[in-house]
Amino acid sequence: MNNQYYDYIIFALKSFKSRKLRTFLTMLGIFVGIAAVVSLVSLGQGLQKAITEQFESLGANKLMITPKGGFYGMGSSVVLDKDDLKVVKHARGIRNAGGFVSKVASVEFGDERKYTWVSGLPQDDSKEIISDISSFKIAEGRDLKKGDDYRVLAGSLIAKGDFFDKKVRVGDKIKVENKKFEIVGILEPIGNPQDDSSFIATLDSAVNLFGGKEKYATIMAAVVEGEEPSKVAESLKRTLRRHRGVDEGEEDFSIQTFEEVLDSFSSIFLIVQSVLIGIAGISLLVGGIGIMNTMYTSVFQRTNEIGTMKAIGARNSDILKIFLIESGFLGMVGGAVGILIGVIIGKAVEFGAAQSGLDIFKASFPWYLILGSLAFSFIVGSVAGVFPALQASKLKPIEALRYE
Amino acid sequence: MKRTIIQLKDVWKTYNLGEHKVHALRGASLEVFEGEFLAIKGPSGSGKSTMMNLVGCLDIPTKGTIHLDKHNISNLYESDLAQIRGKKIGFIFQKFNLLNNLSALENVTLPLIFQNIPIEKRKKLAADVLNDMGLKDRMNHKPTELSGGEQQRVAIARALAVNPEVILADEPTGNLDSRTGEKIMELLKQLNKKKKKTVVFVTHDDELAEQADRIAYLHDGQIIKTKRLR
Repeated sequence: MNNQYYDYIIFALKSFKSRKLRTFLTMLGIFVGIAAVVSLVSLGQGLQKAITEQFESLGANKLMITPKGGFYGMGSSVVLDKDDLKVVKHARGIRNAGGFVSKVASVEFGDERKYTWVSGLPQDDSKEIISDISSFKIAEGRDLKKGDDYRVLAGSLIAKGDFFDKKVRVGDKIKVENKKFEIVGILEPIGNPQDDSSFIATLDSAVNLFGGKEKYATIMAAVVEGEEPSKVAESLKRTLRRHRGVDEGEEDFSIQTFEEVLDSFSSIFLIVQSVLIGIAGISLLVGGIGIMNTMYTSVFQRTNEIGTMKAIGARNSDILKIFLIESGFLGMVGGAVGILIGVIIGKAVEFGAAQSGLDIFKASFPWYLILGSLAFSFIVGSVAGVFPALQASKLKPIEALRYE
Repeated sequence: MKRTIIQLKDVWKTYNLGEHKVHALRGASLEVFEGEFLAIKGPSGSGKSTMMNLVGCLDIPTKGTIHLDKHNISNLYESDLAQIRGKKIGFIFQKFNLLNNLSALENVTLPLIFQNIPIEKRKKLAADVLNDMGLKDRMNHKPTELSGGEQQRVAIARALAVNPEVILADEPTGNLDSRTGEKIMELLKQLNKKKKKTVVFVTHDDELAEQADRIAYLHDGQIIKTKRLR
């Protein structure tokens, strides 16, 4: 580095020191923007990482068949039933398949009545496919088995006493849609309040509860080892189309490989993050305008100094450098503090989420986020400083010297 | 015969103030010799500062030529002028014009930075000049922590740092009490006698002007006469 720059950096820092309040207020605009970017991106990244890991641990050889028109098949008028499941099971390249039902139902414990999700999972040989995906583990009691009618598993929050006023224990009796059920097991926390306050019953008893017909929210299928999931999905699509009597392009169901699910999650994340960063970007723009304003004031106040520096040999380019470095550092120091605040916010959100059962929220701070934010805040500062610095450098020495 | 270091030939400087034209200099001519201690004396409004600015390469004349050493500086661009004044000229201002954010040492280093002198060398140079000015113990003080006399001595040190050929002082004692002013004048005289620097200073004060080797009288934008004293 040219040794001039070293001095100009020192000068910039000294100038901040002599104008502490103004420097702080100017940097405030950058603090906010950078802190927002860092905390939002870190949480988004953390969440995405957690979800990706979870999906990948399930194995990529699964297909998800859902009725169209609802998220996970919920709230859709299209129905996937037993016949569809049979077709899927026997389709080419499919090792096994299973369907589950899921609905909001009324549950009663003591004199308390509440509504929550109740799912029915198959207990036959397709059980592993579903439970892989749902990734629950038994914390207390036992798992459901075949023939366990009117027995349920309860989510961790229900057992903790966060759902009903009283804690629910293994052996307790509850009513689901006015039918008596016995709690046989408590689940380990899954990581989100909705799952952790829901009940799981056998497919048969859930089907009985929800009107006697099997209307699957989702059918999960495992692909035969060695087959390409996306190719199997294509052929399954044709098979199901024929079975359901719909034309190509007008399917009332959708088949997704986990890769696709992951992709769609990623693109949703990308959109959400872009919007958030866009908003943070606006605040950075405002911060940049703040720097520009401060730099103009600074040029104005230091006109005489600029004249003096020119008189003792400063070229226009020297003055330009001095002011650009000052405004760049105004941005960068603001950015550094902003990063610190952002990290604190990210960690605080992570902590708060963990406290309320959302273990999935992990703030992640990759190096490119930190360095990128720092570089970006320096650029914001420098760009904001271009016009004031040009103005300063073009001042005529005698006019600047005469200026009081 | 002595070598001419500054030469002004029929120099005009006209300022356009709106619709008015103000002729600050109207055909001024003057020669300054190497190693000379020269006073330019004139009433206010006679064009002293304008002349100073032109000789100091801070501005170019509207008409006429100025030579500094061998350079014709009458029609140079700002960046070239900056180069020349940074190397050859040391400015001393009436109001000291020190940068208040910076310590005495840093103020003196400043012109050396603009000359791209390596960091260690410039620190030593600046410390040496400050030492010569008797400011060894005040190097790390800010200008606001120094007395007027000390500030002007820092400014002189700054002017000397690049080892210029010419020292230009614009009413160097104007902001000082008479005793301190005398000391500063003494310092300038020593620079002239011992270090052989060409010193040109501007004043409106008869007594101060009498201390020079020669006085050039400026009146209405022209040098009307010069008087050699010693």
